[in-house]
Order: sequence, then C-alpha cells, then structure tokens
Amino acid sequence: MSKPKKQHEVDQPEQTPSRRSFFNKLWIFLGFVALVEFVGVVSAFLMPRKKEKKTGNFGTIIEAGPVEKFPKESVTAFIRGKFYLARLKDGGFLALSRKCTHLGCTIPWVSEEEKFACPCHSSAFDIRGEVVSPPAPRALDIYRVFVENNIIKVDTGKKIKRTEFRGEQVTYSKAS
Amino acid sequence: MQRPARYREGYRRFFNSLVLHFRPRIVPERTLRLTLTWGLGGMAVVLVFMLIGTGLLLKFNYEPFPDKAYESILHLQRNVLFGSLIRNIHHWSGHLLLVVVFLHFLRVVFTGAFHPPRQFNWVIGLGLFCIVIFSNFTGYLMPWDQLAFWAVTICTSMLEYIPGIGQWLQKLILGGSEVGPATLSNFYAIHTAILPTLFIILMSFHFWRVRKSGGLVIPRSPKESIETREEPANTIPDLILRETVVALVLIAFILIFSILFNAPMEGKANPGLSPNPTKAPWYFSGIQEMLMHFHPLFSLFVIPVLMMIALLAFPYIDYESNPSGVWFGSSKGRRMALVAVLIAIGATPVGILADEYMIDLAAWMHGVPSSISTGLIPFLVIVVGSIGFYVLIKRKYSATNNEAIQALFVLFLAVFIILSATGIWLRGIGMKLMLPF
Repeated sequence: MSKPKKQHEVDQPEQTPSRRSFFNKLWIFLGFVALVEFVGVVSAFLMPRKKEKKTGNFGTIIEAGPVEKFPKESVTAFIRGKFYLARLKDGGFLALSRKCTHLGCTIPWVSEEEKFACPCHSSAFDIRGEVVSPPAPRALDIYRVFVENNIIKVDTGKKIKRTEFRGEQVTYSKAS
Repeated sequence: MQRPARYREGYRRFFNSLVLHFRPRIVPERTLRLTLTWGLGGMAVVLVFMLIGTGLLLKFNYEPFPDKAYESILHLQRNVLFGSLIRNIHHWSGHLLLVVVFLHFLRVVFTGAFHPPRQFNWVIGLGLFCIVIFSNFTGYLMPWDQLAFWAVTICTSMLEYIPGIGQWLQKLILGGSEVGPATLSNFYAIHTAILPTLFIILMSFHFWRVRKSGGLVIPRSPKESIETREEPANTIPDLILRETVVALVLIAFILIFSILFNAPMEGKANPGLSPNPTKAPWYFSGIQEMLMHFHPLFSLFVIPVLMMIALLAFPYIDYESNPSGVWFGSSKGRRMALVAVLIAIGATPVGILADEYMIDLAAWMHGVPSSISTGLIPFLVIVVGSIGFYVLIKRKYSATNNEAIQALFVLFLAVFIILSATGIWLRGIGMKLMLPF
C-alpha cells in the first residue's frame, strides 16, 4: 500500500477501519467482475468463427433441382447439404435435417416402412418429420425451401427448430 | 571397472536427497502395509507419467485435422518404429488410469481418509478425477474413426438438455453446430496442453496436502484406539522399495498387455452413417443407461448435478465420529455396506427390466408432459426410496451417521456400477436389452 496513513486512522485503533474494509470489498467485487469478463472473453475466443462457405456446400443455399424432378410422396437425400427433400402427397416440399433430435445421430430413410428410422435408439419419424416413435423429443428440424425459376432451393445456413409439424412449414411451387 | 567408493557415495547421497525432497525421512511403520492403500495413488502417478511420455511421442506423428487424423494413426502403426506399441500403451494406460483413480477414490472413502485434516484434499482429488475423465473423453475423439466420431456426437448432444446454458455450452465445446474440424482442434488443444498443465498443478497440490496432513491414515482394526506414538520406519529403504516394486510390476503389466492387445480402430469417421448401436464410452455408460429410463433433464442434469454437490459436500458433513484408518469405519459399518450391496443387486435389475418391459409412464399419464411423467415422478420415487433406506438402516442397526451415510454411498455406488455394466454389455442393436452372446 502506497497511501500514507491518515492521522485519524492512527488515533482510532479500536474502531474497525471502515476505509480499509471498503477497499477490500471493492477488490473482491472487482475480482468477480474480472472473472466474469474472463469467462466472456474466453468463450468469445472459442466461439465458432464465421467461415467463408463455398456455394453448394452445407451452410449455403443449395439448388436441389427442378420441381418436376421430385415425385409426390418421395424422399431424396442430399449428402453434401445434410438434408432430405421430402415431397408430400399434396405436392408440397419440406427440407428435413438428417440429424435425429434425440442425440444427433444421422437417420436413414427406410422407404419400405415409409419412415426415418434412427439406428442409435430406435426413434422414428414420418415423411413430414413428425415423431412416430420415441425417445426423440421433437420433430426433425427443417430448412427454408423456396422456389426460383421453377428450381427448388434450400437455405441450409439456418436450421429451423420446431416441436411438431404445421401446415405453414410446407413450401408449394406455383405449378402444384 | 568399479567406480571409487567416494563416487558411489556421492550418487547415493544425490538419489537419497532427491527422494527425500518429496518424502519425509521417517514414516509410521503401519502405513507401509500394501493392504492400506494398495499402492493405488502411486499407480496413478506412474500411469500419468506413462501417458505423458507416450503422449509426447504420439505428438510427433499425429495430425489433428479430420482429413489427416485417421491416416496419421494408421501411418504411425504401420511405418513408425514401435508406433503401434506406443499407441497401445497410451490407450490402455488411459483406460487403466480411470479405473485406478476410481479405486483410489473408493479406498479413500472406505478408510475414512477424507475426515479432518484431509477434507480439502478430497476436493482437490475430485478436481483431478474430473481432469482424468475429460482427458479420456477428449482423447477418445483423436482417432477420428466411427467409434470416436459418434460417441462424441451423442455425448455432446447430451449437453443440449441442460436448461439455460445447454445450447451455448454445446456450441462452445463443439466449436460449431456439429462435430467437425473445430471440435478436433479444440479437443486436441485441451487434451495435449490444457489438461496436462492442470494435471501437474493439481497433482503437486494434492501431494503437498498429503504431507501437510501427516501422511497416510494409520490403519487399525475397529477395536484399536489411536496410538499416541507410532512405530517408525525409514523411508529409505523400506517405503521406496515397496513403491518401486509396485511401479515396476505395473509398468511390466502395461507393457505386456500393450504388446498383446491392440487399441481399437474402426473405419474412418463418416458423418453420414451412424452405427447401430451407437454407444458412449464405457465410463459414461452409467449415464447412458439412466438416459434409457429417465427423461434427459433428470438423467443428464438434475441427477448428475445433485451427485456432484453430494460428492463435494461429502467430507464436510457433521460426522459423529472420525474413524480414519478403519476399513468401513467399524464392523457395523461393514455389515451395513454389505446389506446395501445386496439391496442394490436385488432392486436394480428388477427396476431395469420392469421399466423396459412393463412400465410405460408416458402412456399411463397421457396428458402429462414427459419431463414430469418420465422425469420428475420416477426421480421422486428414487429420492423417497433413498431417504427411506437411510432412515430404516440407521434405525435398524442403531448406527452413527458415518455408517448410515457410508451405506447410502455404497447403495448408490452399487446401483451405478450395475447400470454401467448393463449399458456396456447388455445393450445391443437398437439399444435393446440382450445377452452379450
């Protein structure tokens, strides 16, 4: 401590020095602030960096193909995009994530049984991604589908979480 | 040609003074017995040094990138002199270390070596135990084969279920939204730099605390009272000789095992194909098995957090007596522990089978959210059962709270071991219960 002792501190040896205890508490408080800042900085440092993504790869907008290419009630796998493009009975499109919502395993589409069957813990989902067999807690995540010049495009940059299937999630092309 | 006597005397003095930097000159004669500690702490140190040594050698060959990692290990095993042996030693030492520190932890519990003045050293020990588990887990990803990739995928996915910070924590550890190049870099930095540094700091602290509390607990039978003056023995040669023997036997065992058995290596990681079944590493099998029976919020968050708090508080409970040095505290304690084991062996398989084939809480309580029907309700059943066990066994044996808490600990331990064994050997394709043959 480089502060010179004030006269009245020496004159009152019996009283608790309030200035000292104030500064001690201030140090402890600043210590906590430093700890919070440290955690913040470390986690920001470790956070995923934004990477340059080549078009056509996962994380960008992927061209699936012309609308006519996909028959109704079919599921087409896109390996690089890590999604399935499902065309429902009414002609609407859904882009489903291939990751199981239970613990992240990659789910194959079993066409004979018309469902996605997870090999890890036997969760199952129907063509709309809804859970038909637990332990998965929610429907498969989806990606935004839009149509440009009659070409189906999927935005794999943003995964959309949902609890269940809803009509608004389906994309229809003008033709169907 | 023999060196002159004065050189030999010099070497001997050097060696002795080096040893006596870390050891007291004299130790109580009764603490020399193998059956006190089984040399487990010492074995842990030997294994850590073997891991660091082989790890450093592996660093010369391993490349922590998804498109290079797998191939670099194959190259090491095929083309580098002793490459296979070094990898095997590293792998088996890593798994054996986890077993050894777990047994050491049990030894400390059952010899009462956590009572004052050893309470804080218990906390340091728990920190070391966590470091061993994280080292095992981060190392598990390094081969980047199917086993590694998917085990890490499901274990990191479990983080998502932690309320509030779960998703942030998962993103931080994965370095993204899924296991990828960032994950491998992060795990590699953690595994080869951060954890070894923490290890060395905490190990030193741990050993210093042992010295500060006067060394090992003095073993005695339940009837004996604590002696005021212990019979002394010389560290050199009595203790050093015993430690050297244990270390050499352990090293020989690891070498022979590593020569005979290869570390596993499956096909290269394929993010598009999940194996069936996909299992967590064996030390997480207990949690994985709990996941099969309880809602994730409870099996992945509530129960583990409660267990961690209980372990941290364990030495600070207001115990009625301090039976350090007596195995299981007393003869009554031994009987109660046995009763706890028998109850666990009886109740756990029944519980597992009932939940697998007969109970379906989610269906019976149809409208109720699953976090309550398959989470809170069974959790409360377990809590009530545990409290009931504690009260009943304490009353039946008119036991001290030492003995009752120890019995409760043994109960949870036995249940956890049975759950782990089920998860490792009795779960097959589709995670269905099946016999392992």
